[in-house]
Amino acid sequence: MIRMLIPLLVFVGLIGLLLISLPTAEQRRQVASPLIGREVPNFTLPSLHEPEVSYSTADLRGQPFILNVWGSWCFSCRVEHPYITRLGEEAGIPLVGFNWRDERDDALTWLSRFGDAWTFHMVDEEGRAAIDLGVYGAPETFLIDHRGVIRHKHIGPVDETSFADLMRRIEEMRQEAGA
Amino acid sequence: MTPTRKKRLAVIGLMVLGVSTATAIALVALNDNIRFSIGPSEIVAGDFPEGRQLRLGGLVAAGSVSRDPTSLLVTFDVTDCIHDITVNFNGILPDLFREGQGVIAHGTLDANGMFQAHEVLARHDETYMPPEVARAMALAGGNEVCGEPIEDHIASVEAGY
Amino acid sequence: MIAEFGQISLILALVLAILLGTLPLWGAYRQNDALMNLAPSLVAGHFVFTLAAFLSLATLFLRHDFTVINVATNSNLLLPWYYRISATWGSHEGSLLLWILMLAGWMLAVAVMSRKVLPKVFLTRVLSVMGLISIGFLLFTLLTSNPFDRILPGPIDGQDLNPLLQDPGMIFHPPLLYMGYVGFAVAFGFAIAGLLGGRIERDWVRWSRPWTLMAWAFLTGGITLGSWWAYYELGWGGWWFWDPVENASFIPWLLGTALIHSQAVTEKRGAFPAWTVLLAIAAFSTSLLGTFLVRSGVLTSVHAFATDPERGVFILAFMAVVTGAALLLYALRAPRIMTGKGFDFVSRESALLLNNVFFAVSAGMVLLGTLYPLIIDFMGWGQISVGPPYFSAMFILLMTPIVMLMPLGPFSRWGQDNLKRVMAPLLISLVVAIVAGLAIAALLGAFNLRAITGWIGGIWLIMGSLSYFWRQKSQSRFKLPRGQLGMVMAHAGVGVFIIGVGMVESMTYERDVRFGAGDTLEVAGYRFHLHEVASVKGPNWIADEGRFTVYRGDREIARMQPQKRLYHRGQQVMTQVALRPGVFHDLYIAMGEPLEDGTGDWSIRVHIKPFVRWIWGGAFLLGIGGLVAASDRRYWRQQRAEAEREARAEDQGAQPA
Repeated sequence: MIRMLIPLLVFVGLIGLLLISLPTAEQRRQVASPLIGREVPNFTLPSLHEPEVSYSTADLRGQPFILNVWGSWCFSCRVEHPYITRLGEEAGIPLVGFNWRDERDDALTWLSRFGDAWTFHMVDEEGRAAIDLGVYGAPETFLIDHRGVIRHKHIGPVDETSFADLMRRIEEMRQEAGA
Repeated sequence: MTPTRKKRLAVIGLMVLGVSTATAIALVALNDNIRFSIGPSEIVAGDFPEGRQLRLGGLVAAGSVSRDPTSLLVTFDVTDCIHDITVNFNGILPDLFREGQGVIAHGTLDANGMFQAHEVLARHDETYMPPEVARAMALAGGNEVCGEPIEDHIASVEAGY
Repeated sequence: MIAEFGQISLILALVLAILLGTLPLWGAYRQNDALMNLAPSLVAGHFVFTLAAFLSLATLFLRHDFTVINVATNSNLLLPWYYRISATWGSHEGSLLLWILMLAGWMLAVAVMSRKVLPKVFLTRVLSVMGLISIGFLLFTLLTSNPFDRILPGPIDGQDLNPLLQDPGMIFHPPLLYMGYVGFAVAFGFAIAGLLGGRIERDWVRWSRPWTLMAWAFLTGGITLGSWWAYYELGWGGWWFWDPVENASFIPWLLGTALIHSQAVTEKRGAFPAWTVLLAIAAFSTSLLGTFLVRSGVLTSVHAFATDPERGVFILAFMAVVTGAALLLYALRAPRIMTGKGFDFVSRESALLLNNVFFAVSAGMVLLGTLYPLIIDFMGWGQISVGPPYFSAMFILLMTPIVMLMPLGPFSRWGQDNLKRVMAPLLISLVVAIVAGLAIAALLGAFNLRAITGWIGGIWLIMGSLSYFWRQKSQSRFKLPRGQLGMVMAHAGVGVFIIGVGMVESMTYERDVRFGAGDTLEVAGYRFHLHEVASVKGPNWIADEGRFTVYRGDREIARMQPQKRLYHRGQQVMTQVALRPGVFHDLYIAMGEPLEDGTGDWSIRVHIKPFVRWIWGGAFLLGIGGLVAASDRRYWRQQRAEAEREARAEDQGAQPA
């Protein structure tokens, strides 16, 4: 009888090991950016709607803002679009689009089709500024406070849970900025 | 003990012996063949087992890729935004090898602190990052902003144009 | 509408699976005929609705319905129709649906084919257990990975199917592989049904053998196809990488191989029944484990699915329930199941026991190597990965004795035998193998340990199998049963495989070189000349194409056009290899990358791979052998007495007095 239990015990050990390993897999996915708690890198990029105008991260100093990395080629950006739209409507702070490695025409078509709740869009066609920003992939959403410090980075599409989390953090930043 | 029982016992004994030998050999073989995942900062800190196969993860530093004009020898820097490690590789780089992208190199560290890679792997698409790269970046997170060394690289690349 | 139809079908399939997993099982317990009689119709309904769900998804792909997330992420307007069909199972969600369809198909096949040979109580238990498994997978699909989820408004065009998967090999690889994985659920069902009944009857083991053989043959085919795909599609020229995903399919294969051999002993002699049951549980459980490893993100792999720890939790829980319950049942019931006749040191039982030990230990070694990074991480010793040399070294060590002993098995008698008698008919094969092996290796200029071992081992297996075939043919009054014919084919297939491995691993010419237009490279008597690198356009890609002519001496023998493709959507790059396949060697050219130093040169990978086709040829023969053996009439006979008689006649054929 005891002998017959050996396979079960081995199996329980195996399940235990796998169970312990699962959270690590989760951590690997949501890795903390080295940039959190640092100042947002300064870069100047052309606007999506008016190519002759350019925006700089320094212009936004003094108020908190959201930076959302997206591309029309990125399907997950389409998935998170309703939540980004809600961010634009409900957050009460600028929502900056960071249009990454995209074609201008494609990006504009995409926006006109699905809606544009962003305050404005910066265009990073070559992906150079994205390297500074430590962008691994699209979509990513950064929260930057009024002193220009990156407070939070959300990797992957925003969903119901992460939307609530983002709103809570935004509220925090707004209060700090007000104080 | 009957002869059949004796025989059966001998068979079981042999099997146990065989399985334990195999396990022992397996463990030795395992320890000879593991590669340690490591980031540039850990190499600089000397924080890695010596004479081992390493699995170096990080980003390809912008502007650091240079090719030998007559052969397939290529060198590039792998960075975690704090420290850079120069990688030498003789061969074909993977399809998605690009500056600023995550990369993993298998190889060893030579006496000059150069990483001699025998295999280079890149990530598959824009929404995936190899965990080693992520880890190296996260580990390096405590010190300095990523922008610094890379900005220099970009400046040097742009100066070249 | 179609998506909703598919969704509802899937839910109905779940309802039927729940009914199947409970009512007939209860009926079997209470000896209630009415409840037991429900099983076949529930199985049929379950199959119909699963098929409906699967066809719905395929239709959505064919009709470019991008409002369905799964279609939008895995297909686009430019994708040709045949890849749109294979895209149905290209994603995590779709492949789960295929998994379930296969399971439903196997259930239906068991219900139909085994209806007349199996006692009703037993058949009912088998079907119910499989129904329970289906519940788990249907829930998994519906709760965490619904392929019919919508997004409104949908995008104008979809993303693309991963270009790596846009390939003929990928159309067939997953279905075959899943057929194998899921097929082990039948063996699992038989084992659990046996444990539930409290006894293992030799008959039941016999009726489960063809199912196990078929599942094993499909798995063999699936793995072979995967290896072949990796060879030409990944552009590295390797045929096996010991990647976690490959290992995930290889572990059940090793256990399945042990299982088909131990089933033979249990059926014929009643020996080690508990072990056979345990192997059946293990083979299916490791199939589940493979699914978990590939989809949970616990292990990183070159070709894992997009991973999701949440899904990981679900599969892990499912696996804990299925395997945990099975092993608990085993612990409770196994001590009571029959024990067979004793056997001697030198006997067929011993030979098969050795086979089982080596295959089970090999499976353990592969599992250990695959999970070792997790153990090290858990101990806090750092992050590591296990290099392929570990697996190769262990494998050679464990497989050498198997190869040496394999031809002896069929010649040995049940119960008791002596080595001299077993070896007598094989002496010629042994001498031929050694002499011919050395001679061929020398003749090919491959006088190294690996190639020589490959040739001697391979010829030994082929000769050994054939001499058994001839002896049986000449001595037996009956036609050689399919079971034995299949075994001969499979064992000879291993021989062919080993020759291929020995040659490829020791005699491959591999050059990574810099090529400009007009450059020439000489390797092993071949001259590769690059005329130009041109731009070409396909239905959904553009590419740089190298135009090579290959000469042997002055004679032109091939024109080869490797490509570096860029797929429009998602900007993905893909290496399209140029191959000139041959029985004795493949020429293989892969485009590396354009060297950005203004010269227009490319890095090019040139391989000459001797006997590489023998690897897949041998593996293919192995799988076909399995199917031939599964078709043995003995397994499908309706009258038990007749089957018994034939089985006895065959035993005598194997051991002429």
